[in-house]
Amino acid sequence: MQRPEYTPGPVVRKKGQLYDHPEKDIEKIRLTIDGREVEAEKGMNILEAARLAGIEIPSLCYLRHINEIGSCRVCLVEVEIKGAKTLQASCVYPVTEGLVVHTSSPRVRRVRKTMVELLLSDHYRECTTCIRNLNCELQNVADNLGIRNIKYTGEMKSLQVQNENSFIIRDYNKCIKCRRCEAICSKVQEVNVYSALNRGYDTVIAPAFMQDLSAVACITCGQCVIACPTASLTEKECVESVWEALEDPDKFVVVQTAPSIQVTLGEVFGYEVGTVVTGKLVTALRRLAFDRVFATDFTADLTIMEEAHELLERLDGHGKLPLLSSCSPGWVKFAEHFYPEFLENLSTCKSPHEMFGALTKTYFAEKEGLDPKKIVVVAIMPCTAKKFEASRPEMGTGEFKDVDWVLTTRELARMIRQAGINFHDLLDEEYDIPMGIASGAGAIFGSTGGVIEAAVRTAYYLTSGQEMDLLDYEELRGFSGLKEVWIELKGRKIKVAVAHGTGNARVMMERLKAGEQFDYVEIMACPGGCVGGGGQPIFGTREHKEISLDYRHNRADALDRIDFSKELRRAHENPAVKKIYEEFLGHPLSDMSKKLLHTYYTPRGKAPGLNLGGIKGSHAGHVKENMPPHDTQYMPQE
Amino acid sequence: MVQETYLNKKARESEIPESFVYGGIPEEKPDEKKIQENKFSELDRYINLYKKEPGQLIIILQKAQDIFGHLPEEVQAYIAEKTGTPVSEVNGVVTFYSLFSTEPRGKYTLDICMGTACYIKGAQELMDTLKDNLQVDAGETTRNRLFTVKSTRCIGACGLAPILVVNGEVHGNASSGEGMKIIQKYRKGEDSESKKH
Amino acid sequence: MKVKNTEDLREIKDEFFPLIKQRMGYSNGLGITQVLVCSGTACSSAESQDFRLELERELDRRNLRDNVRVFKTGCFGFCQHGPIIMVHPGEVFYSKVRPEDVKEFVETHLISGRVVERLLYQNNGQKANNIEDINFFKAQKRIVLRNCGVIDPEEIGEYIARDGYFALADIILNKKPAEIIDRINKSGLRGRGGAGFPTGLKWELAAGQNVSPKYVLCNGDEGDPGAFMDRSILEGDPHSILEAMTVAGYCIGAAQGYIYVRAEYPIAVERLETAIDQAREYGLLGKNLFGTSFDFDIGLRLGAGAFVCGEETALLHSVMGQRGEPRPRPPYPAQEGLWGKPTLISNVETYANIPVILREGWEWYKGHGTSSSKGSKVFSLAGKINNTGLIEVPMGTSLRTIVFDIGGGIPGGKKFKAVQTGGPSGGCIPEKYLELPIDYESLKEIGSMMGSGGMIVMDEENCMVDIARFYVEFTQDESCGRCTPCRVGTKRLLEILKRITEGKGEMEDLELLEKLAFDIRDASLCGLGQTAPNPVISTMRYFKEEYIAHIRDKTCPAGVCKALLDFTIDEAKCAACGLCAKVCAAGAITGAGGQPYRIDPDKCLKCAACVAKCPKKAITKGVRKEAVNIAETGIHTGTGSQEERAAL
Repeated sequence: MQRPEYTPGPVVRKKGQLYDHPEKDIEKIRLTIDGREVEAEKGMNILEAARLAGIEIPSLCYLRHINEIGSCRVCLVEVEIKGAKTLQASCVYPVTEGLVVHTSSPRVRRVRKTMVELLLSDHYRECTTCIRNLNCELQNVADNLGIRNIKYTGEMKSLQVQNENSFIIRDYNKCIKCRRCEAICSKVQEVNVYSALNRGYDTVIAPAFMQDLSAVACITCGQCVIACPTASLTEKECVESVWEALEDPDKFVVVQTAPSIQVTLGEVFGYEVGTVVTGKLVTALRRLAFDRVFATDFTADLTIMEEAHELLERLDGHGKLPLLSSCSPGWVKFAEHFYPEFLENLSTCKSPHEMFGALTKTYFAEKEGLDPKKIVVVAIMPCTAKKFEASRPEMGTGEFKDVDWVLTTRELARMIRQAGINFHDLLDEEYDIPMGIASGAGAIFGSTGGVIEAAVRTAYYLTSGQEMDLLDYEELRGFSGLKEVWIELKGRKIKVAVAHGTGNARVMMERLKAGEQFDYVEIMACPGGCVGGGGQPIFGTREHKEISLDYRHNRADALDRIDFSKELRRAHENPAVKKIYEEFLGHPLSDMSKKLLHTYYTPRGKAPGLNLGGIKGSHAGHVKENMPPHDTQYMPQE
Repeated sequence: MVQETYLNKKARESEIPESFVYGGIPEEKPDEKKIQENKFSELDRYINLYKKEPGQLIIILQKAQDIFGHLPEEVQAYIAEKTGTPVSEVNGVVTFYSLFSTEPRGKYTLDICMGTACYIKGAQELMDTLKDNLQVDAGETTRNRLFTVKSTRCIGACGLAPILVVNGEVHGNASSGEGMKIIQKYRKGEDSESKKH
Repeated sequence: MKVKNTEDLREIKDEFFPLIKQRMGYSNGLGITQVLVCSGTACSSAESQDFRLELERELDRRNLRDNVRVFKTGCFGFCQHGPIIMVHPGEVFYSKVRPEDVKEFVETHLISGRVVERLLYQNNGQKANNIEDINFFKAQKRIVLRNCGVIDPEEIGEYIARDGYFALADIILNKKPAEIIDRINKSGLRGRGGAGFPTGLKWELAAGQNVSPKYVLCNGDEGDPGAFMDRSILEGDPHSILEAMTVAGYCIGAAQGYIYVRAEYPIAVERLETAIDQAREYGLLGKNLFGTSFDFDIGLRLGAGAFVCGEETALLHSVMGQRGEPRPRPPYPAQEGLWGKPTLISNVETYANIPVILREGWEWYKGHGTSSSKGSKVFSLAGKINNTGLIEVPMGTSLRTIVFDIGGGIPGGKKFKAVQTGGPSGGCIPEKYLELPIDYESLKEIGSMMGSGGMIVMDEENCMVDIARFYVEFTQDESCGRCTPCRVGTKRLLEILKRITEGKGEMEDLELLEKLAFDIRDASLCGLGQTAPNPVISTMRYFKEEYIAHIRDKTCPAGVCKALLDFTIDEAKCAACGLCAKVCAAGAITGAGGQPYRIDPDKCLKCAACVAKCPKKAITKGVRKEAVNIAETGIHTGTGSQEERAAL
C-alpha cells in the first residue's frame, strides 16, 4: 500500500492568525527559537510559535484547545530560564518576551527518543497488520525520530480488547495514555465516557469499571476515534462482510452515500480538503460492483418533507414543542441517556439512511421485482453512530433490517484501495435513478444548520405557497456552537436554534429544562455536523495535528457549493420525492410513512450496564424493565 | 465572606444517629433488602450533608466505604447519580486512591507498613510470612473472609518499626514471628466467638 | 466567648498560665503535680492512653484528684522509648511506662515523693532524672516544636497561655498585609516541603493577584515513608497552624483555608477538628475576626492514600475531590489554584514557623541557621539508629551530630553505611559527608535533598541496590500515571533494578540504568517523577561497587538480596537429625542418618525455614561468593560463572 500523498489543503487561516479572534489586536511577542528571532502571539505556547516559524516539534498528546496537558513529554524543548537550560513541554509552555528556546539540541533529541522508546516498550506493536498502519501518529513520530531499537524492554500490558459492540473497538494494548479521547469526550462532547482509571503503570483510559462501550452511556459518535493517535480506538470494521455480499451472486447490493462523503473521501486520496469528488465516488462504487449507487441525499429530502410536516403539525398543537431534530443518531442516543424527559420532543423521523434502507426493501424492491431478503443495503456514512443505529431492533421490520452494513468514509477508502482502483484516474459518473436524485437541501444536511435550513425552506413553502428568501437563514450556518434566530412562519414568529457537538446540545437542553421557549431545534452530535463526523478521514501522518476539526470549515463550504450549484435546491421540488409520495407513500405522515419512516425512542439511563433497579431513588440504571435489549446481540447477519 | 465549608463537628454528629440500627429494631433477622436500603439512606444523609460544598466527592466515598465496607459498582454509580458527577469520574477517583477498595475486605484488615523505616527493619519478611501463612497475595482476602492482607504507606510510627495495623489498631515491633502471634490472637477470638453461637 | 482584642486574650492567658509556668520549671504556687502523658501516634500505639486511663482511675481511687492533674500532650519526639510521661514539678522524664506501672508510680512518686528509678531513661548506663540530662534533647533547638510536649493540644487556652493568637490579634487590628509579608521575606523562611522556595515571595505573588476569592491551603499530605514531622506538629500544636493560616489569609486577601491531612493520621485529624471548633467558639475563626470586617474560616480535607498529592498541583486536584494528578506549571497555584483562583500552598512545618517569626521578630529568627537557610528544621530520625524519633535542630547542624549525638549511633555495634534524606525523592549520603552542615543547598549538591525531613539511617546490613529498588518500587507504585517517563520509565527502571538484585543483571544494565534515570529526571512532568530516580542516581554515585558485585560477582555483600544468597549446612555442626529436610517445602535438602545433610541451591527457595528449625544452628545464609568456594565438596552451586549467566 502506498502512503497517501498529502497535498496541503487551502490555508485554513493565515499565518499569525492561529487563534480565533481576528477582530482583536493581538499582542505580539518576540522570542528566539533555535537561534532565530521569531514573532508569536501572546497566549500561544512554544509548540504553536515554532510551527508558525516553520519548525515542527513532534507531539502526541496535544490537541489544541482540547487536550493541553503536557503528558506525553514528546514535545520537550530546552528553555533557558535564569541561565539554566531546562526541559519543558512546549505544548503547555507559554511564550514570553525574549524567551530562548532550543527545539533540536542533542539533549532534546536524546530525551525525546527515550520517551518514544518508553511508549513503544509498552505498545502492542503489530504495525504491519494494524488498521492504522501508515496512518499512525506514534509510528510517524517514531519514524521521524529514527528509532531503530527499543532498549527498554519489560512487562507489557495484555488486556482484553473490547469489541462487544457494533461501533467502536477499544484496544487498551495500543493505548499511549495521551488522553485525547477523554478530553474530547468530556470537554467537547460532555458525554464523559472515559476517565483515567487506576494509577501509575496500571493506568488505563477507560469507561467506568472498564466496561464495554455498549454498557455505558456512550453516544457512539466516534469523536474519540478521530482523536486517537494510534489504533487504540477504531471503528468496528465491516469491510469484509461487504465484500462477501458483493461476491454473493444471490445478493442485490444497493449502496447509498451520505451527503458529506462526496466532500471528504477525496482527502484520503490526496485531494485538497474541501474538494468535491461526487463523480469519482459514484464511479468507484460502480467499479466495486455495487448493483445500484444511490445518494442518501434523496432520503434527506424525504426527511425534510416528513419533518417539515411534523413541525407544522406540532405548531398546530399536535405534539410537543420544541421539535428536536432526530437525524443524528449520536444526538438521539445522547437524549436517550441524559434527557429522557425530552424524548417526546424528538422528531419521530428515522435518520435519512434508515429511511433509505426501509424504502429500498419495500418501494424499490417492489418496483424492481426483487425479493427484499436478497437485497443488501450498504450505507457509506461519516459516522460510527450510524453503525449503532443500524443495529437497533426498531430499525427494521423484524424480517429484515433497514440497513445491513454501515461503512465509514475510511472503510470505503480502504475498499477502493483493496480493489486497486486508482481514484485519481476515475471519470465522473452520475447516481442511479430514482433514489439518486437529490436537491441542494439534501446536500447541506451534512453540515450544522443544514437540516433546519432545509426544513424551514420547505415549511415556509408549504404554508405560504411561496419560496422564502434564502439569505434569511445565513445566521443559522457557520460554526458557532449555538445559534438561534426568529423566523416568520404561518403568520407567527417561531424561534429556531441550532446546536452542534453534544457539549452545546447540553447547554441547549439545560436552557429548555429551565423553561426557555423554542419551537424547532436542530442538534447534531458531532462538532460541525456530519463533516466533522466520527467516521471521517483521519490523518496520522499529517504534521499539523488538529484532527479533522479544523478542516470542517472547508468541508462545509464544499457542501454549500454543491447546494448553490444545483438547480434543484428545495426538497419539495425533488421530482423523485414527489413521485414516491404519489406512487407509494401517499402523503407525508401517512400511515405508510409512519410505518416505514418513523421510529420511537427509549430512555437508557446513565449507567445502563449496571442493574440499579433495586436502589431506591436511583435513575442511574435501567429505567424501564421492559426496555429493548441494549445494543449487544443485535449484530448484522453474523 | 466566609464560605461555609466546615460543618461544626457537633452539628455533624446530630444529623447522623449515633447508633444506626440496620433493618429496623423489632425483627431479629433483618432481611437483606432492608439492610441494603438502610445503608443507602444512611449514605443519602452524608451525600446531602456534603453536597453543599464543592469538591467533597472523596469524603462522600470515604463515608460510603465506612457504611458498605467497600465500594461496589452500584454504590459508585449511585453516588455519581446523586452528586451529578459522571460515573467514569467517580470510578477514576476510587481507583486512584489506595484507601478505597472495590472488593469486600475481610473482617480484619492487616495493614503492613511499608515505609522505609519498617522496610529496613524487616517489614518485607513480615509481609512474606503473612502471605505464606494465610495463602493470599497482597491486597487479597482469605477465603473465609477473615483477613485481608495489604501494604500501607508510612503511618509515621517509625519508632516502633516494623508496624502491623489490624483494623486501625497499631502493633509495633511486629517481626514476622510477632506478627503471627498477633494473627493467632485474632483467630482465637474468632473461634471462641463462633463457639458462643 | 468571642475574643475581640488583646485584652481578652490576656484574660485567657492569665487563667492558664500557672500550669504552663510550672511546666517551664518555675514555681506556680498552686501546689499541684502535673503528669503529662505523651499522646502522639507512636506513644498511643504503645498504649500510653491505657496508662493515662489507669492513672486517672488510680487517682480517683486514692482521692488524689485535687493534687494531681493529668494532661495529654503532643509528641516529645523520643518515640523509640515511648510511652513517655513527664512529671512537674521536677521535670522528671519517664520512658517506656506500662499500665502495670501505674500503681508503683502513684505510690512512689506521687505519694512518697521519690523518683521511680526503674522507669528513668538510661543515658549510656547513666540514669537521667531530668529531660535536660538526656543526650537526645541536648543538641536540639525547639522552635517549631516549642509547644509539642508542653501544652495540651486539645485546650486552646494553653496555646494562648503560650502567647498564641496574640500575633494574630495585633496583625489584624494594627498591621497592614504588606508589612507582614515584608517581615516574612526578611526572616529568610523557605518552604519546608522540600524545594525550599522563599515563603515570603510566595505570599507576595498570591497577594499580588487581583482576583477573588483566594484560598489558603495547608499541605499536610506527608507522604515520605519514614517522615512524621507534620503529623507530630498537627497532633501536638494544631493551633499554631490555624493561627499561621489566618495570618496568611489576612495577608493575601483570602477568606477560606483548607488543611489537607492524610486519612492515615486519625489522631491529627481529630485534634484539628477539635482545634477548629474551639477557635470558632472563641471567635478566632469565622466572621468578623476581632470585630473587623476580616472573615476567615478553615475546612479539613482528608487524603485517601496517594503520595503524589504532596505535589502542590496534585494536591489542588485532590482538595477539589478529583484524581490527584499534577498539571504543568505555569500557571502556579498562587496564580491559578483551587477552582482556578489564586491559592497559597505551604506545608505544615512552614506554617508552624510563622507565629514564632511574628512573635520573636524576623531578626531573631534570622539568627539561626546558615547563610542561605534560616531557622531550624525538624527531622524524623528512623532506621538503624538507637534513638528513633522527632528532632529539631538549627539549619547547618552536621549529620554526625544528628546521627551519633542525638540519634545515639547505630544499634548492635554495626557499622554506619549511609543516611537517606528526602524520602523517595532524596538520595543516600555516604559516610564521607557526615561532617557536612545540612541545609537546602548542601544536600542538593551531594545528590540528595532536604525533602520534608525524613532521615533514615542505614548500616552495613542494608544493601544499597535493594534500597534503590525499594524506593523506585515505591514511586512506581505511587506514580499517578499521567506522564510517560514516570508511568513507563520508572517501571522499566524498577525492572532493571529487580534484574540486578535477582542476579540477572548485565554490566550494560548499569549504563542503561544511568541513562534512563537521568532522562526520567529531565523529562517528568512533576516533582515526583523528576526526583524519582534520585535514590538510583545517588546510590550509583556512592555505592557503585555494590551494583558491580551484584552483576559481576552475583553476590549481595550486605546479604539482603535473597536470590543471591545461599544457605549452607555446616557439616561439622550437623547432627543429621533430618528436621531441616522435613521442613523444607522445596525438597532441596537431602541426606541420610549419620551423614551431614546438604542443600541443593538450585532447588532452594531461600525461605529460611530450615534455619529456624535447626537445633544445632548449623545452617547459615551466606553470600554467593562463599558458596562458590565449597563447590569442591560436591554441592552444585550454580553461581555466577560466565556460562551460567549466559543461560539466564
